[in-house]
Amino acid sequence: MTLTDAEKAAVLSLWRKVSGNLEALGAEALERLFSAYPQTKSYFSQFDVSHGSADLRYHGAKILGAIGEAALHLDDFNLALSKLSELHAYNLRVEPVHFQLISHAVQTVLAAHYPEEFTPETHAAWDKYLAAVSAFLTIKYR
Amino acid sequence: MTLTTADKALVVSIFGKVSSHKEAYGAEALFRLFSSFGQSKTYFSHFDLSQGSADLKRHGAKVLGALGEAASHLDNLDQALSKLSDLHAYNLRVDPANFQLLSHSIQVTLAAHFPADFTPEAQSAWDKFISAVSGVLTSKYR
Repeated sequence: MTLTDAEKAAVLSLWRKVSGNLEALGAEALERLFSAYPQTKSYFSQFDVSHGSADLRYHGAKILGAIGEAALHLDDFNLALSKLSELHAYNLRVEPVHFQLISHAVQTVLAAHYPEEFTPETHAAWDKYLAAVSAFLTIKYR
Repeated sequence: MTLTTADKALVVSIFGKVSSHKEAYGAEALFRLFSSFGQSKTYFSHFDLSQGSADLKRHGAKVLGALGEAASHLDNLDQALSKLSDLHAYNLRVDPANFQLLSHSIQVTLAAHFPADFTPEAQSAWDKFISAVSGVLTSKYR
């Protein structure tokens, strides 16, 4: 799946606004994920998953940071995601369907905080982008 | 799947805010659906799918209106949606996967217009609600 030039621009432009607020936005994405899909909490039994917890902010920032790093390497995810791809395949083994769930949660956060920017076109670009990232992170599962 | 009392309250309260914007928000949800998931356009070859078209507004209002009807009959969705259930099973035959795609698009639209109200708890309630409605609409497929 390849992103068009317009899609890449849409991803990067919104990423620039997001990058200054990784902890709050990341924590909210995880909170939405865990609230709507409690099964996703199975990977986080060691976390404090209460609203705004330090764990959620720390880990949320990590996830969004990785998504952003990949956005800076849209033509070669290997440069940004190679280690994460191995981590997910050999250690974390997160169920592939959960990537769609977190993609939905991230997009909801983007819509809530950047309603002007998160137009249908930008929304579609981000859905495609997150799907591409998810595919890369599950590519070594088998 | 049953909605808790808290879930029902969240569904009803947010629908209250949506009900005077059914055309605009319904059209937006559909346009987001078609922008992100081109395959869903297959059921609408007879429509003008351009942003803000009369077709999208009319149909969007119809879709949100049906959700509103469902929201007023949360304890009896089977009966309230019976005709629509027949329509989807015997005429429209929308592939079940598309209900999740539309659910996602509706939730993003709600997040964009009601960021303060569409909390993680509200999102969870709406995800459950639309999922329950989708279940009824596909219940007679086989």
